[in-house]
Amino acid sequence: MTDAALPLRGQQTAEEILEPSPFSKLRKRIFKNHSFLIGALVLIVIIAMALLAPVFEALGWIHDPYEQELSSRLMNPFWHEAKVSEEHLLGTDKVGRDYLSRLIYGAQISLLIGFSTMLISGFIGTVLGVTAGYFGGRVDMVVNFIINTRLAMPVFLVAMAAVVAFGASLLVVILVLGLFLWDRFAVVMRSITMQARDLDYVKAARAMGCSTPYIIVREIFPNVIGSLTVVATVEMANAILLEAALSFLGFGVQAPTPSWGLMLNEGREYMFFSPWMLALPGTCLFMLVLAINLFGDGLRDVTLERER
Amino acid sequence: MLAYTLKRSFVAFLILIVVSGLTFSLSHLSADPALTIGGEQASDEDIEAIRILYGFDRPIYEQYFSWLGRALQGDFGESYHYKAPVVEMISGRIGTTMTLGVLAILFALIISIPLGTLAAMRPNSIIDRFALLIAVFGQALPTFWFALMMIIVFGVWWRWLPISGNTTWAHFVMPTIALGYYATPALMRLTRAGMIEVLGSDYIRTARAKGLSPTVVLFKHALRNAIIPVVALAAVWFGFMLGGSIVIETIFNLKGLGWLSYDALLRSDLPVVQAIVLIFASFYVVLTLLADLLNAWLDPRISVR
Repeated sequence: MTDAALPLRGQQTAEEILEPSPFSKLRKRIFKNHSFLIGALVLIVIIAMALLAPVFEALGWIHDPYEQELSSRLMNPFWHEAKVSEEHLLGTDKVGRDYLSRLIYGAQISLLIGFSTMLISGFIGTVLGVTAGYFGGRVDMVVNFIINTRLAMPVFLVAMAAVVAFGASLLVVILVLGLFLWDRFAVVMRSITMQARDLDYVKAARAMGCSTPYIIVREIFPNVIGSLTVVATVEMANAILLEAALSFLGFGVQAPTPSWGLMLNEGREYMFFSPWMLALPGTCLFMLVLAINLFGDGLRDVTLERER
Repeated sequence: MLAYTLKRSFVAFLILIVVSGLTFSLSHLSADPALTIGGEQASDEDIEAIRILYGFDRPIYEQYFSWLGRALQGDFGESYHYKAPVVEMISGRIGTTMTLGVLAILFALIISIPLGTLAAMRPNSIIDRFALLIAVFGQALPTFWFALMMIIVFGVWWRWLPISGNTTWAHFVMPTIALGYYATPALMRLTRAGMIEVLGSDYIRTARAKGLSPTVVLFKHALRNAIIPVVALAAVWFGFMLGGSIVIETIFNLKGLGWLSYDALLRSDLPVVQAIVLIFASFYVVLTLLADLLNAWLDPRISVR
């Protein structure tokens, strides 16, 4: 077994990543079997807010997230007693930009980064994993080596270095994260393709003389798609957290873009007097990631049970 | 076993060579380091002189091999900004990062092993659900935001703990929790799964049937076996945590390697960044190697292909 000769990521195997976790049953009980629904619902609400942000703005419900209003700087959110404004429900930042509008537009940035990163890394990881799993042997050894090398690189540090080298922008952050976060995809795809390769109907297709690309696309791929979506949710959450951390340190999306990580960075100097400036964007981030995780976990139960 | 050890060590070494090559080319591909060293006032002649002095006019592979050769002898060059040997800058700070890393992994183990064990003993109990809640939150909680919230609550409102610096043990409490909590879900999951498997095995039934006390069965027979993969995984997580230390050290102003790399990146101080990447990668590779060997030693099937 080549798996054993070169274990990946210490102990974490594809089975562990995809395992219907012992927790998932409990999670079902806690959320009364509705963890998937709750996750999906929160996710839909966040996505809808992000997509409809320009509509809300046109209707006058929220402000322009870039509009600075120096006469109403550092307003407090509605639950405070002093310095509140009916215009700005969740207050304003140091240059008088409406916090609520920036939070809503911030969802766009997080979702955009999470989604695009997931597409890029998913593509790289799937190609590598399926190739390694299908062909095995030397090809597998080489891919394993690539995966292990990638795992040895401290992602956060190298991502920061890449941002310094190529300049900080939304595109650079997406590309850098996309080029780094494919490892889990590759590990899972490799292992599942390996199992699928020996299924009877795949053998039959081979015996009928179908071409390799045909077999991979038509016979193997439908088998891996369920696991692929599960890993995709995990990586999307991961990318969103990493972008926030990068932007927080000033190595990600640049001002004045309304990114939650960047808002945390800007709010840091007011943390002693206006802690809500940190609490709000962080809560949004937490909610989004939690929703994606719950959704992914529910998906895992639904799709993997059907596959078995 | 010997052949397996040698083979794995060789692969680990190859990985480090490739990582060092990638880091080196990444940092040299884009920005011109001569401009960074010269600063804004440097004339074109100054820049040219710097280029020749530092050897930037040579082909990149030549620069890489001379850097690698010196790095293998423990010489990582000189910081562009501080003009001090990188080795000295690093050796003064590595202790802080290691202390933080070890404390964080211990914190994670102290939380996850008892909780995971209790959860496995009574599946679906209150404790099991509590453990689950911690895991679900841990996976979704942004580490750096958790750190900031702790600073506000414990540092500013209640004034229990210092929020910046690394002079006393108290300075390490919040960074340890922030960094360690991140590893808790994975370790707890593994403890719980391992314990459930072990507790259901034949030899535990035999031990119970012999009339051994539940404590002895739990600690001497079950936990001892279930804990080994957890320790191996903790070693791997320690490697990941070094990378995570950048954000935490920056937030708490703990002046370790993570803080140093942040500072160096702000100044485009490439020799420092390269050295730290290589150190973090080496730690990860060595720890994974040890974890693999530990597993192979416990389960000899692994080393036989």
